[in-house]
Amino acid sequence: MSPIQSALHPAGAHAAATATLFQIFLGVTGFFFLLVLLFLGWAILRRDRGTASDKRLRLTVAAWAMLITVGLFGLTLASYATDRSLFFAGHDQKPLRLKVTAQQWWWEVRYNGATPAQTITTANEIHLPLGRPAQIELEADDVIHSLWIPNLVGKEDLIPGRTTDLQLLPRQVGRFRAQCAEFCGLQHAHMALDVVVDTPEQFAAWEARSLQPAPAPRSEAQKRGHAIVTGMHCSGCHAITGTDAFGTVGPDLTRVASRATLAAGELPNARAWLTRWIADPQAIKPGNRMPRIPLTPAQRSDVVAYLETLK
Amino acid sequence: MTRVDGPDFSGDALHAALAKTWSDAPGFWGWLATVDHKRVGRRYIVTAFVFLGLGGVLALLMRLQLARPESGLISADRYNQIFSMHGTTMMFLFAVPVMEAFAVYLIPLMMGTRQIAFPRLNAFSYWIYLFGGVFLWIAFLLNIGPEAGWFAYVPLAGPEYSPGKRTDVWAQLITFTEVAALAGAVELITTILKQRAPGMSLNRMPLFAWSILVTSFMIVFAMPAVMLASSFLISDRLVGTQFYNPTEGGDALLWQHLFWFFGHPEVYIIFIPAVGFVSQITETFSQRQVFGYPLMVMAVVSIGLLAFGLWVHHMFATGLPRIGYSFYTAASMMIALPGGVQIFCWTATIWSGRPRWETPLWWVVAFIVTFVIGGLSGVMVASVPLDLQLHDSYFVVAHFHYVLIGGAVFPLLGAVTYWFPKFSGRLMAEPLGRWNVLFSFLTFHLTFFPMHLTGLLGMPRRVYTYPHGLGWDSLNLVSSIGAFLFAASVLLFFGNMVWSLSRGRAAGANPWNAASLEWKMPSPPPCYNFDHIPVVESRTPLWDDDRPVIPGLQTDKRELLVTTAIDAHSDLRDASAPPNAWPFFAAIATTIAFLGSIFTPWAVIWGALLMAVPLIFWFWPHDPLEPKPEQGDE
Repeated sequence: MSPIQSALHPAGAHAAATATLFQIFLGVTGFFFLLVLLFLGWAILRRDRGTASDKRLRLTVAAWAMLITVGLFGLTLASYATDRSLFFAGHDQKPLRLKVTAQQWWWEVRYNGATPAQTITTANEIHLPLGRPAQIELEADDVIHSLWIPNLVGKEDLIPGRTTDLQLLPRQVGRFRAQCAEFCGLQHAHMALDVVVDTPEQFAAWEARSLQPAPAPRSEAQKRGHAIVTGMHCSGCHAITGTDAFGTVGPDLTRVASRATLAAGELPNARAWLTRWIADPQAIKPGNRMPRIPLTPAQRSDVVAYLETLK
Repeated sequence: MTRVDGPDFSGDALHAALAKTWSDAPGFWGWLATVDHKRVGRRYIVTAFVFLGLGGVLALLMRLQLARPESGLISADRYNQIFSMHGTTMMFLFAVPVMEAFAVYLIPLMMGTRQIAFPRLNAFSYWIYLFGGVFLWIAFLLNIGPEAGWFAYVPLAGPEYSPGKRTDVWAQLITFTEVAALAGAVELITTILKQRAPGMSLNRMPLFAWSILVTSFMIVFAMPAVMLASSFLISDRLVGTQFYNPTEGGDALLWQHLFWFFGHPEVYIIFIPAVGFVSQITETFSQRQVFGYPLMVMAVVSIGLLAFGLWVHHMFATGLPRIGYSFYTAASMMIALPGGVQIFCWTATIWSGRPRWETPLWWVVAFIVTFVIGGLSGVMVASVPLDLQLHDSYFVVAHFHYVLIGGAVFPLLGAVTYWFPKFSGRLMAEPLGRWNVLFSFLTFHLTFFPMHLTGLLGMPRRVYTYPHGLGWDSLNLVSSIGAFLFAASVLLFFGNMVWSLSRGRAAGANPWNAASLEWKMPSPPPCYNFDHIPVVESRTPLWDDDRPVIPGLQTDKRELLVTTAIDAHSDLRDASAPPNAWPFFAAIATTIAFLGSIFTPWAVIWGALLMAVPLIFWFWPHDPLEPKPEQGDE
């Protein structure tokens, strides 16, 4: 399996061009390094001392300065050319627009539709269709964060009071890992998100599914869980479309069970982890904004039973 | 009756007279009141090395935590404090001060003068630096150490997201180091421009002096930016201004511009003195003048200028206009040209000289190899598209440790080995020193080379832990093992210093047959530096056959020869301040004012009044050229 968070394994147009540019830089700088090593080695090992005049050295230093200038000029041009081509990558297609808002320490992801009913809100997971450019609008609610999806594209900061944007063009289906790259406080290390590149058909299906309101609870346990989630503490911070829960402090839970991870990429999304998370979020991710909710083990298991239906 | 040195007054009699005038009072009071640049410089160096040790311990703690994925050894909160302290200590309490410290000790000797300019300010600068550093570390041990990184980006460092006193401690530490560094810079500029030995025109100055001159000017121009930035931050935190608060019309990026306008020159403020070390060492051990002296001077000056045009390359990911980024890419690339020319000139000096392979020259070789790698990875991060992948990843951690350790610490260790006999009168132990170079070189690369890969594989900086299975585990383990071995090599170096201090082979005045003036007098030099002020007729005065001197300075008063700025013609005789403890008390008053202002803005007012007391005594008018019956003027 190839690495899912690596700039050396590009799966998008931007990352691929950057990786190529890296090879060019590596080749040119490696050549210069070799020249320095050769000269230094010669200077150390040279036997016939004191015969050379500085005149020859003066010519050589001039040549060396020229060579450096040419090398730097070439690299600068290559860098500009790459930057420019990336800026126009996929400009002939209508991009998918979405918005990522960062906060300590998770990501809200929103696909704005024409009406609120056509808007998808999710968290810590981005779905993108293969081969279609995406334009991600970036904002931050509290401190500066930085979105870095190394397999797809380089990073861009999310800065309070400003709007920045990131363009990318996925070229490979797969699940990639992104992470906050700007130190953003206590749990900076635990601020990741999953980026899923789907085929256009899969993406359309995901979109359609995500536009549905949350399914109604069926079993008794699920109903009890639903009552706790919407009636008690959870709904103050979390939203579930189609229910009375519309808090905006924490991640939207409408499709929480469909996501691969919990707590911004920290835990696998499995029953045992979800139960532990609800039992004591501060033990797992100290400093995050979710408090410890006093629930009995039975209530917890009901809540989990309900949340697991939110696919 | 006043007497002047001269042909009829020299030798032991002159020595006795000058020693009486220039020595400090014995005992604790003399220790406290000294303004001798050599004593202050030595203190400065020792203190900086203590902070290097402390910063190194923090680095090891981080590597211990990162050795394994999902390690629970150190909590997030503690780790964030540790990396903030590591950066702050290494940059502000080790790297910049140690370079100024060497300059404070060496520059007056190299310039052929008896004392640094403004010697009391120099003592004050040291005390402020010491108190600032001690204050930071006590705060850290009391769990109020900095937590927002050495760069303290707002709003994370602002009042809302860093409540408590931790960030105030950081910001105030910056104030301490600003004051200390600016004071040092002013002294060094003045000493270099006005106290050179007659005949040492600018184009005959040792390259180390050029480095320090450029560095000092950079400090003068760079520090005000961070002073402004940290003052804004303190007032945002303390009195409710909104400079950095976007919701009230402030701007979070303002901090980054101000900080990096200082922060980028800062790394050259560390690197350029190291360039000076390398030039002196290369010259001495190749037994020839450094090839391309004018080129070397131009290179240092142009690096100093270009350094102020690069700061935005720390901000390529902040979404500023792309056309603007192009200029910073070009400027960042351009700095590789003077850097490359310097590398060539040193190598050419070795190539064309008759090198003696003593330890300092091996440090130069370790420096060239390591620094060139760091410089070339620097060319990579200058490119906007590449930087967007590399920025804030472990690749950058690798890059700047290559340029800071490879580019500054290796030359520094070479400089310690080189000037140790001048400081102490004894040589450092061999062949231990040579093995030390090899050991440090190998373990350094073992630690930091893998980080290039870790970064390319997607690991961001400043994370207190990382998940298993992303391909980072073994690379991190290798870095951690390397870090402990590298620390052992630094410890070995310290051990060698301590051992050699008492048991090293005795060195004469000039054990390496060096060419610059600091090697003219015995090691360690007498308190008055030079019995007669030397006259300089070339770039390598001690390699000349005749070594003229200029007599005529008074011996029963502290008197200096002042020369013209460009040509170093003899110009004036000027007084040099005698020892005095008021700088120490002024530093204490300043410290109280700075500490108080963490808690209340009124401390700025009463602190100023408090500081006025020692300053009044410090500056009490008197005629320093008027002979006094005894030393000191309290």
